Amino acid sequence: MAEIIVEEKGGKKKAKKHAPHIDMTPMVDLMCLLIVFFMLTTAFSKAKVMEIILPEKIKDPANQQAPKILGSRTLNIILGPDNKVYTYPGSVKAEDLAAVPPNLPPLSETDFSAEGIRKVLLDKNRMLARKIAEFNRDVISGKIPISQDSAKNAISALKNDDDTGPIVLIKAYKKANYGNFVDILDEMNICGIASYMFTKIAWYEEKMVETAAGITPVATSSNNP
Amino acid sequence: MPKIKLPTKSPHIDMTPMVDLFSVVLIFLMLTTTMRQPEPANVDTPFSISETPLPDFNTMTFLLSTDGKVFMNFDNGPDTLLKYRPKILAEMGKHYGIEFTDVELRNFERQKSSLGVPILQMKDFLNAKDNNARTSLQTGIPIDSTDNQLANWILYARKVNPNIKATIKGDSDTGFDVVEKVLDILQEKNVSRFNLITSLESTKINLEEIQQ
Repeated sequence: MAEIIVEEKGGKKKAKKHAPHIDMTPMVDLMCLLIVFFMLTTAFSKAKVMEIILPEKIKDPANQQAPKILGSRTLNIILGPDNKVYTYPGSVKAEDLAAVPPNLPPLSETDFSAEGIRKVLLDKNRMLARKIAEFNRDVISGKIPISQDSAKNAISALKNDDDTGPIVLIKAYKKANYGNFVDILDEMNICGIASYMFTKIAWYEEKMVETAAGITPVATSSNNP
Repeated sequence: MPKIKLPTKSPHIDMTPMVDLFSVVLIFLMLTTTMRQPEPANVDTPFSISETPLPDFNTMTFLLSTDGKVFMNFDNGPDTLLKYRPKILAEMGKHYGIEFTDVELRNFERQKSSLGVPILQMKDFLNAKDNNARTSLQTGIPIDSTDNQLANWILYARKVNPNIKATIKGDSDTGFDVVEKVLDILQEKNVSRFNLITSLESTKINLEEIQQ
């Protein structure tokens, strides 16, 4: 947008009082380009991370005893194919497994929506979730004067003291995807589950998923006896 | 009545305030910018409510693409003098009997994006003239049990930089079998704390929902 300078014809040229005028248009053009460049290359929000701690690998399984956990508090979550989640409570007894065909508990199917797995988890974790929610509310309303760091510590102390919530075992069927894995761990954080861990899926659980989802097994698992 | 003479001059807009504004925006962007590194695979990270930011240093990132390839990246350490990247490559070279020249090590240090090059092709990769030749060599780091180069990368990365933390960046659609394999290799090397890179999403459960 160049400026057309129209010369005045004739007459005395008056000395102008205002400052000489500089055409800013090219500068604006340049700055536009730079701004567009920076906007496109900028990563505004820093990536967030979610921490997960896996149990250490047992190098010597013969000398190790499996940790004893209460069957009544255990909830198994199996990530299935097609974004489905299967849950079953407790554990499968050895004599049920030995039976031919193995006597397996039924799986209940659910999904990742707020009405799905979150409801199941909250139902089981009501006591602790209420404690945490009330604590958070009191912190926000100023009833408990506490800094953010100590609030985090207080919540983890609440989780440590809890002995009513479920112990969640997360397992993944081979056709699950990474998004499901992150979603379920996220769900643990949302619902304030105190104890959860990620373990390898057992052969009979693979079978249970296959019957529930109606898949014919392609290859038998290596740990199938 | 005399006619009002309109000036023939084209209307002139004063650009100065616009320049001022642009300067401010430009300076803001220049100061806040962190250059986004082009990654060898496009990855859409899943969402979570976690608000912990990704640490700047001492991380090794495993990039898991949707087609099951594994890429790895590590940083140069909190101080450029530490030169962790070339040191890790030199250790890897020693393990596989490949001698890297100083130029190649410097090239490797300058490469900021994740790498998925088998170690035998690393020399070609570092000496490649253009980006096209480089991307064609990015076939993913081998993770088979017969040729487990990822395990060695992890081993030497931790040897050179003992404070390094494992970070996993995967696409929502990445198959879990790949993720499980990588987790397995990490556990084998006694790494049991991971950070999963996610995008922020806010979800809250309210008290009424629990009390019902």
